[in-house]
Amino acid sequence: MTELVIFSLLNGLVTGLLLFMLSSGLTLIFSMMGVLNFAHASFYMLGAYFAYTISTYVGFWPGLVIAPLLVGVAGALVERYGLRHVHRHGHVAELIFTFGLAFLIEEIVQFFWGKATKDYSAPEILQFPLFTLYGQNFPAYKAFMILISVGIFIGLFTVLSRSRVGLIIQAAITHPHTVSNLGHNVPLVFMGVFGVGSALAGLAGVIAGPALGTFPGMAFVLGSIVFVVIVVGGLGSLAGAFVASLLIGWLQTFAIALDWSVNDLLALLGVSFDADHALRDLWTLSLPQVAPILPYILLILILIFRPTGLMGKRET
Amino acid sequence: MSVNQSTTTGATADGVEPAWKRVADEQMRRGAFSRTLPVWGAAVVILMIMPLVFPSAVAVTIMNQMGISIVFALSYNMLLGQGGMLSFGHAVYFGLGGFLSVHVMNSVEYDGWWLPLPLLPLVGGLFGLAFAIPIGGFSTRRAGTVFAMISLGVGELVAACSIIFVAFFGGEEGVSGDRTMGPPVFGFEFLSEVEVYYLTAGVVLVAALFMYLFSRTPAGRMANAVRDNEERAEFVGYSQRYVRFVSFCASGFFAGMAGGLFAINYEILTEENLNLVTSGWVLLMAFIGGVGFFVGPIVGAIVLTLLQTVLSNHTELWQLYVGILFVLTVMYAPRGLTGLVAMHGPALRSGRLGPLVAAYGVALVPLVAFLAGAILLLEMGNVANQSVVGESEAHVFGLSLDVSTAPPWLVAAVLAVGGAYALARLAPRLRDAFGRATGAAGGAP
Amino acid sequence: MSAALQMQGVRKNFGPTEIIRGIDLEIRSGERHAIIGPNGAGKSTLFHLVSGKYSKTAGRILLNGEDVTGLEPYQINRKGLSRSFQITNIFPRLSVFENVRCGLLWAMEYRNSFWRLVDTERELNERAAQILDEIGLLDRCDLPAGVLAYAEQRALEIGITIAGGAEVIMLDEPTAGMSHSETEGVVALIRRVTEGRTLVMVEHDMGVVFDLADRISVLVYGEIIATGTPEEVRASRAVQEAYLGAVDSAGQEVN
Repeated sequence: MTELVIFSLLNGLVTGLLLFMLSSGLTLIFSMMGVLNFAHASFYMLGAYFAYTISTYVGFWPGLVIAPLLVGVAGALVERYGLRHVHRHGHVAELIFTFGLAFLIEEIVQFFWGKATKDYSAPEILQFPLFTLYGQNFPAYKAFMILISVGIFIGLFTVLSRSRVGLIIQAAITHPHTVSNLGHNVPLVFMGVFGVGSALAGLAGVIAGPALGTFPGMAFVLGSIVFVVIVVGGLGSLAGAFVASLLIGWLQTFAIALDWSVNDLLALLGVSFDADHALRDLWTLSLPQVAPILPYILLILILIFRPTGLMGKRET
Repeated sequence: MSVNQSTTTGATADGVEPAWKRVADEQMRRGAFSRTLPVWGAAVVILMIMPLVFPSAVAVTIMNQMGISIVFALSYNMLLGQGGMLSFGHAVYFGLGGFLSVHVMNSVEYDGWWLPLPLLPLVGGLFGLAFAIPIGGFSTRRAGTVFAMISLGVGELVAACSIIFVAFFGGEEGVSGDRTMGPPVFGFEFLSEVEVYYLTAGVVLVAALFMYLFSRTPAGRMANAVRDNEERAEFVGYSQRYVRFVSFCASGFFAGMAGGLFAINYEILTEENLNLVTSGWVLLMAFIGGVGFFVGPIVGAIVLTLLQTVLSNHTELWQLYVGILFVLTVMYAPRGLTGLVAMHGPALRSGRLGPLVAAYGVALVPLVAFLAGAILLLEMGNVANQSVVGESEAHVFGLSLDVSTAPPWLVAAVLAVGGAYALARLAPRLRDAFGRATGAAGGAP
Repeated sequence: MSAALQMQGVRKNFGPTEIIRGIDLEIRSGERHAIIGPNGAGKSTLFHLVSGKYSKTAGRILLNGEDVTGLEPYQINRKGLSRSFQITNIFPRLSVFENVRCGLLWAMEYRNSFWRLVDTERELNERAAQILDEIGLLDRCDLPAGVLAYAEQRALEIGITIAGGAEVIMLDEPTAGMSHSETEGVVALIRRVTEGRTLVMVEHDMGVVFDLADRISVLVYGEIIATGTPEEVRASRAVQEAYLGAVDSAGQEVN
């Protein structure tokens, strides 16, 4: 049991921090621009694919830097030549645009890289078990993922709390309509924020690609979950996004690890059931089975009972 | 409650009708259902003769699919176009209506239930409604982003449930049934596709009719008002939440109806029918067609079904083309294909369409060149990227091109770049022609 | 004379800031009551509180003797209070005709019915046309409301507000931003359409206020400092001080 808890904690931390890398960018973009970027996870996917292609030429490490930069540029271009154009039609139109973009990016990825999973793997130097506990290995690459995520988190925190740009962004997050009054070049700020947010997602893709697989559906797998994170955390709250990322990371890993079922619960109560009953699916339901739906149940509960999210102030 | 009689205009001298009376009559005359009768009549005729014009089995299958898509897309537009609710989970009502319809079909077959097949879409609709009521109960509290998020959450939740609850959703294989086991209706047992076509066509017509009529009821008009300005609606006595809820339920009903039609046509439902992909697809259909018009989703459903069925036979890149079409629509034609046609209405009415068509004719040549070049590049690029070593033939427009040689690439690039350049040069002239054709007509009624 | 609207100890805070600081006011049935005061005095906030847009921090509001505190805007509207907005608030994509018709639907008990067609209801359409005639927009009825000129949108705003036939009408700066001649037209319109009803209005144009109002309340920094007939208010020392030295007197009150 201790083993299970430790590994679930660590794996949940990996997932949670990864989610935070995505949700922090998404929160930044949403806070400043009011845009819920449906295509955010698509930039994550682009990061993985760019890094894969780069790694086939010059190895893993250069990709770690170049791929996020490329994704950031792609994001900035999307903002400049796409989103800005749609902006005047309102937030719903923007949401539809980013939805279409997510659809399109998946097709573009398939066009260039095909439908099959790419053999994008961790550098050999990180392919060893960091430690072994109760006969189970913890891969060094996962530790590396944690390291990068925490590094980004600290970097982001420092920039936001110490630098001038950070102060502007913070002001904009709490008072979204005031940025333009401060005399800043708003379109440029928007483009920058969208680019940086995309680059963060790209970086998440670069480091997640080897661990979670690099395939055209990888954006789809994570996309909705990231939305759940920022809504549960509270739209526009970075701290909320952080808490919700970890919460959902752990929720999922523990749900998968703990093989409890309704059946066990019933057995505890001394009730047994007929294996052929029409409702047998309900009774054999186990925690790992419902793991995928837990975030969405959480989302719906939050939206009903606490529409501002865990730590948000705005109810959009 | 009383409103004073006119004091400003429209003197009520004997025999002279006051101006307000004339306006009221005019509004009622223009809104009268009888004015749309020719359109409905034409729709009946077209639906009747389609299988005679396109008798092949493939064509009938495609038309059946179009019919399902039309009902589904129209129901979606009750949310997005008319109520201002962007849903990412509309397939839930379509899929659940469909699944339950198949289960009912099976109960007809095995448990001796009595249900003529033409009533099955109604059953599907009622199931769609049954799910829309509780879900709409909490999700219509707000429109905009929050509604979109809840719809996404519900959509993902139901899609995930469909994998878990095997007894109901049938797991990977889905649930299948047999539509022919019900009591015959006027001797029809719905063994052939054409019989199913006429059943589908009838349901499409009835569903479209009722959805159109809904848009003209107080509930439908207030849905538009709440879409435009939810705050103002509250201050004329309407609860925005309840107005949205009514539209949501109606929309769920018709989506379930489309699901019932799907069950009849394919006799099988799988998890795919209620997941995010289907929800996204209906958004694409409605939006590309044009959410601001009642016929928009119909146009979108027809066009996208054609792309999905016909284009997909010719190229594996068809989804890429659909994606490009969608993004371009959102960016440059937010009123959809119908909007592109409708914006020529003023020119047509003022009789100035001629010169504009001539201008379009000139632009057609570079447009075709550009499209041909771009498609060639994409198709050849696809072969170059994907195919196994040694295979380098791209089959486009009935041509076989060797992508390992330079000439096809050069030709395609010249076509694409040349076409794009000529289009860019022509653009100001087109804009000018359009302005002249419609702008001067602005004052005309 | 009975009271159409009563405010009893109404307060509103935004965070630590107190915007409405205890208002007791009685609007008599059938009177035209103007609320005046310097910018930022809380006039619009008071309107939002009464009409249900904002929730109160404390106090009670009675409409025709019935407690409407804490009700939603649509519930208050159904009880017979209708208001306009300072910033034009219409249905921009609907036609002018439909704007007014939407204002009528609930009051004429169409509710959310989906078994009747709006185009076959003669009385509904005739009423809408009459109101359009009243507000002078009959020849504009087919335009989308969003493309109307500013003064026309203001008139439409009043049209939507009075359409439902509510007994208590609240107009928030109906003449704001209008030219002199436009203002005259609006004043005549307001006089006409509020005949036999209770009118509460916020207005900056003193000419309009003294022309229309039976009684006037002066709101300064969240408090009513005077209520009375135009003559009484004009003569009030407190009002003169407030208007001449609003900042000073308010500063003293706060400290």
